[in-house]
Amino acid sequence: MARISPELNTGSMADISFLLLTFFLLTSSIDTDQGITRRLPPPLDPNNPPPDIDIKDRNVLKVLVSKSNALLVQGKFIDIRDLKETAKLFLLNPQNSEDLPEMEEKEIAGLGKIKVSKGVISLKNDRGTSYETYINVQNELAAAISELRNDLSKQKFGVKYSDLNDRTQSDAISKAIPVAISEAEPENIGGK
Amino acid sequence: MARFKKAGGRKIPGINTGSMSDIIFMFLFFFMVITTIREVTLLVKLRPPQASEIQKLEKKALVSFIYIGQPVQSKYGNESRIQLNNSFSSVSDIQAFVAAERQSRNEADRKMLTTSLKVDGETKMGVVTDVKQELRKASAFKINYSTRKKGKVTE
Repeated sequence: MARISPELNTGSMADISFLLLTFFLLTSSIDTDQGITRRLPPPLDPNNPPPDIDIKDRNVLKVLVSKSNALLVQGKFIDIRDLKETAKLFLLNPQNSEDLPEMEEKEIAGLGKIKVSKGVISLKNDRGTSYETYINVQNELAAAISELRNDLSKQKFGVKYSDLNDRTQSDAISKAIPVAISEAEPENIGGK
Repeated sequence: MARFKKAGGRKIPGINTGSMSDIIFMFLFFFMVITTIREVTLLVKLRPPQASEIQKLEKKALVSFIYIGQPVQSKYGNESRIQLNNSFSSVSDIQAFVAAERQSRNEADRKMLTTSLKVDGETKMGVVTDVKQELRKASAFKINYSTRKKGKVTE
């Protein structure tokens, strides 16, 4: 008598793979590698201090985050919600005002002659500042720069800065509006 | 004469579940591909702050991580600590860590190495500043403040 070999019961297979699936879901994390990218300046050489570059007072926006997480811009307390507008106004200087940074005409490939701000945002924080506040401030400043870039890009090329595909175009925009954020050498302002 | 015999009454055939496992396996592979298993066990509490102006870290192989936060286990105190690889470290270990990370990449990639700072939101900037100073000394200039995504702050 020919025996018909019984079929394998695959009904439980789905359960097993479900188990594996849930295991992987629990042990893994969807990648959250994102954040604000910054470049650190090279270290100072103690034997060879940098030349004292005379930066005019009007070209610097002093942003200080205190120990108690308060925000001071040019010595005045301001709300973090106003920081972006302040930074934009500072970097753009639309009215050519005397106390906002100088604008320098530069020739940039792809854009032609354009006014580039000489302004630098100087960011200083205390050792006691919370990291969250610091990131919020960095974020607002980054937002200010990216909005300015978007505006310029839309005006010149008709698309947002992040949507520019042409390398020369995006390079031109980033030259016209550089990330002018400088972090001061740390010092202990308000103790630990 | 041929006789047609019906075995029993009319039965609704059962649904074939054979392909079910294939579908689930497909799910499984999908999740395996898009996720990463944590390589290090976190010894510090980590709740990075939120930001809207974020960039994605592109080449994951070229990223080294520094974790800073309060220890998970309270026996290590509640002062913010630095975690490198799988152990608590001090600020002075960072240069060696960066050198080791460089050593493990091939020559061409070394310049592109990014250091991702995964820092808890409640950490004081003092520690972070110290770490940044050490990174400058180790000439690891490209850094990334790891943040969670949030919508536009003010629109």
